[in-house]
Amino acid sequence: MSAAAGAPREWPDRVALRFALNGRAVDAWAAPHDTLLAVLRDTLGATEVKYGCGEGVCGTCTVLLDGAPINACLTLGVHAQGRTITTVRGLAAAAGAPGTAAGDMHPLQRAFVAHEAAQCGFCTPGMLLTAYALLADHPHPTRAEIRTALGGNLCRCTGYTRIVDAVEACVRARQGGDRA
Amino acid sequence: MIPEPRADGLSPAAYRVVGRALPRFDVADKVRGATQYAADWQMPGMLVGRILRSIYPCARIRRLDVARARALPGVAVVLTARDLPRSGVEEDPTGAGLLRFTTPILADGVVRYQGEPVAIVAAASDASARAALAAIEVEYEPLPGVHDAEAAARRGAERVHEGRDNVFVHWKLRRGDVETGFRGAAAVVERTYRTQRVDHAYLEPEAGVAWVDADGVITVRASSQVIEHFRALAEILGLPHNRVRVIAPFLGGGFGGKEDMTVEPYVAALAWATGRPVRMVWGRDESLLARPKRHAFVMRYKTGAARDGSLLAQEISLLADAGPYPLLSPRVLFAALVVGCGPYRVPHVRIDARAVFTNNVPASAMRGFGAMQMTFAYEAQMDLIAHALGMPPAAIRERNFLRKGDRLPTGEAAGTYVALPELLRRAQDALGERSRPSGPTARVGRGIACNMQPYGRTVWFQDRASAWLGLEADGSLVIRAGVPDLGGGQAASLAQIAAEVLGVSVERIRVHVGDSALTPLAGGTFATRQLYMSGNAALRCARELRAEIAPVAAALLEAAEADLEFADDHVGVAGAPDRRVSLARVVAECSRRGVPVSRLSAFQGERSAPPDLDTGQGRTFPDYTYGCHAAEVEVDTETGETRLLKYAACHDVGRAINPQSVAGQIQGGAAMGIGQALGEEIALEAGVNLTTLFANYLMPTAPDLPDIQAIVLESGEGRGPFGARGIGEPPTGPPLATIAAAVADATGVRPLELPITPERVFRALAGRAGTKEGR
Ligand code: FES
Ligand code: FES
Repeated sequence: MSAAAGAPREWPDRVALRFALNGRAVDAWAAPHDTLLAVLRDTLGATEVKYGCGEGVCGTCTVLLDGAPINACLTLGVHAQGRTITTVRGLAAAAGAPGTAAGDMHPLQRAFVAHEAAQCGFCTPGMLLTAYALLADHPHPTRAEIRTALGGNLCRCTGYTRIVDAVEACVRARQGGDRA
Repeated sequence: MIPEPRADGLSPAAYRVVGRALPRFDVADKVRGATQYAADWQMPGMLVGRILRSIYPCARIRRLDVARARALPGVAVVLTARDLPRSGVEEDPTGAGLLRFTTPILADGVVRYQGEPVAIVAAASDASARAALAAIEVEYEPLPGVHDAEAAARRGAERVHEGRDNVFVHWKLRRGDVETGFRGAAAVVERTYRTQRVDHAYLEPEAGVAWVDADGVITVRASSQVIEHFRALAEILGLPHNRVRVIAPFLGGGFGGKEDMTVEPYVAALAWATGRPVRMVWGRDESLLARPKRHAFVMRYKTGAARDGSLLAQEISLLADAGPYPLLSPRVLFAALVVGCGPYRVPHVRIDARAVFTNNVPASAMRGFGAMQMTFAYEAQMDLIAHALGMPPAAIRERNFLRKGDRLPTGEAAGTYVALPELLRRAQDALGERSRPSGPTARVGRGIACNMQPYGRTVWFQDRASAWLGLEADGSLVIRAGVPDLGGGQAASLAQIAAEVLGVSVERIRVHVGDSALTPLAGGTFATRQLYMSGNAALRCARELRAEIAPVAAALLEAAEADLEFADDHVGVAGAPDRRVSLARVVAECSRRGVPVSRLSAFQGERSAPPDLDTGQGRTFPDYTYGCHAAEVEVDTETGETRLLKYAACHDVGRAINPQSVAGQIQGGAAMGIGQALGEEIALEAGVNLTTLFANYLMPTAPDLPDIQAIVLESGEGRGPFGARGIGEPPTGPPLATIAAAVADATGVRPLELPITPERVFRALAGRAGTKEGR
């Protein structure tokens, strides 16, 4: 991952990028071959996006691109041009729903804490974003559907049971809300 | 997950904070993305560090020329073995005076495994660092090397190290006389079992940043299980020990893989040579290629039992492929030796446990530490003996279970309650009704397996941990302990223990961990020792601090010390709810009277000499955690594919400090074992690693696994704080044997080799006709 934040002379082919990161416009220089992961982590300091494999398997680098989960390690930074990127730090704000007032956490994040769905926490930012995208599209998934949706996010610590518990608890809480 | 009454019938003691499923403070940081892991650290002027690794598993280095690389723009430094004051530290990896060995930091003249570091660079950008690696000229003379552990162990085999035998550890255990045992046996079963090499595959690859601080101290902030490595780093750099500092931030997983040094010596050397901050993050490919793995074991078992199922004799020979350097192999093999017979009484035992040098990727510590591979073999033997005698698998186990006070094969007594009968019953019951096969070619099967896993280091290492507690003027509490937190809640558990004793609410406790300069040394987080050791240190420290301030509080309250209650950030008087003062008030009064409100305490583990080296008789581990797992699988007899349907994991944890964290350890440990049972393998061909991508290293994903039921029993008998036992490693052990037993139950064919892939099952089923393999 490159460390240079804006050295356009050394890299004459660098392009100026502008996109929305967690609701704020950001600018960055990026070479055409720089991954979005490198741009986010090294240029913009968004270190909550993790490197776990760089080959699109582990899902620790998951971010939302215009709301859809993608692997930032397999996406070029220039793809973000003019678009919207959400990391786990933008999740509470992205909720924009009742329930966020109680703290700086999305209900999914609170459920992860309550169920201890994170141990080392390295998979957690990616897990949360994938779960968030799942619930945005499918508000009432079964446990099996939750497992399938999380299939691209590895976790080595939890064995997944708690993560599914936490997501399911969110679904239940929401169903309770729907009925009310 | 519901704590049971003590197995001996006593109900658990009532605690206010201990035993509650409190949310962990570090998890709240982690879900926000706020935790600064090793690779997230940034410093002005920071350089990028990279390693040039050997492309051959075994070769002589004829020429190594770094001049061109050094001259490239952006390259700050290129270092080879010759540039380090010392490229390695001489150590005794047995701790028992049996071996001296220096493991090189950088290869000097010869490489002994594929991926071995040859040179390191620091450069202004990753592009320049990679360019520098490409510009280093190395001329190798490839050698055939030694790649088969069994061949390497034979007399006259090609040697990995000139002048040294390939077999570099040979632990022996001798008890009774196995020949006598076998003569009296009604059934004797002999099998050879093989477990494969697997990777820790923590999701956080090895990473760290090093810099030279303003006072000249080389500081390394790295993903490490052992901050005490500062001493080795100082030796390598030729500095006094107090000039190197190691900080372990919260880890993205460790599992034993960050117990040996990873990036530490390389970033430290690069920062030392350049005077600038250097960051090094290993690629996943580097991690899979060259980091030490779990040992591949070959285990030959011969087991004899009487007609009533009583075990009479175990003869075991174990060979482990260590790769070219000892690392922690001697200790891994010793743990395997001690638990080789499993949690059973056996009068006649003979075990030989050997580790052998090869030119394969090194092997060292991994969760379960040798003990877990043995479970695969000894539990299969129990099933096979049961089958031979016409007994159910549960019955033969019940007949032989260790009980408190029984002698282990090492001659020492099992020192605490052994809850195995209850564990077995609970695990079996948890599976509920048997599933129906999902199709005409599907077969459903069930298996159980029990295990024992030591917690704490072997007693001859004379283990010790310290912790510091201090009350602040506002009544909040600070804990300092040199404990690396791997993600298992190591830091949060200390807060819960201190809260119980001092009455400070956990939200008002700040825990500082893992800094060799600023937190008292606690020993690394490995060997399932941290709750046992640092938990006891924190408990002792809290009790001593409480004793210090209690007279002051008693004076303030005009009450007897014995009547004081420390709770809810106050000190009160039992039975008089209106008589209480805040902790802040007590602290103020302490200050006025000159009574200290902080304290440093240490917990000294049991100390003993190494056991007798010819017989293995003596004191070994402080204690053990016992468990039983049960699984239900479905095997498709047409494809050989195994699907895990149900899984239950039951352990006696003594006392659950935080039942939710404990259950999480059990679920995660079981999942790791399941991965090894069914899919994971680091595959080598003549020392060349074929699995350097996550894409072909097959770990369990969420849809691969069923819910893992964690069942926590609390006997109240453990050597940790409040009677806790360690639980980090124990749940990793049983899955190998549990799943193998379930597959055997479904198909009639017993897997003797791992992983249990569809190909292996298919071949076994196809080849079964005519053979009479027991289940
Ligand atoms: S780092 Fe992107 S999928 Fe692993
Ligand atoms: S919590 Fe550690 S990888 Fe998921």
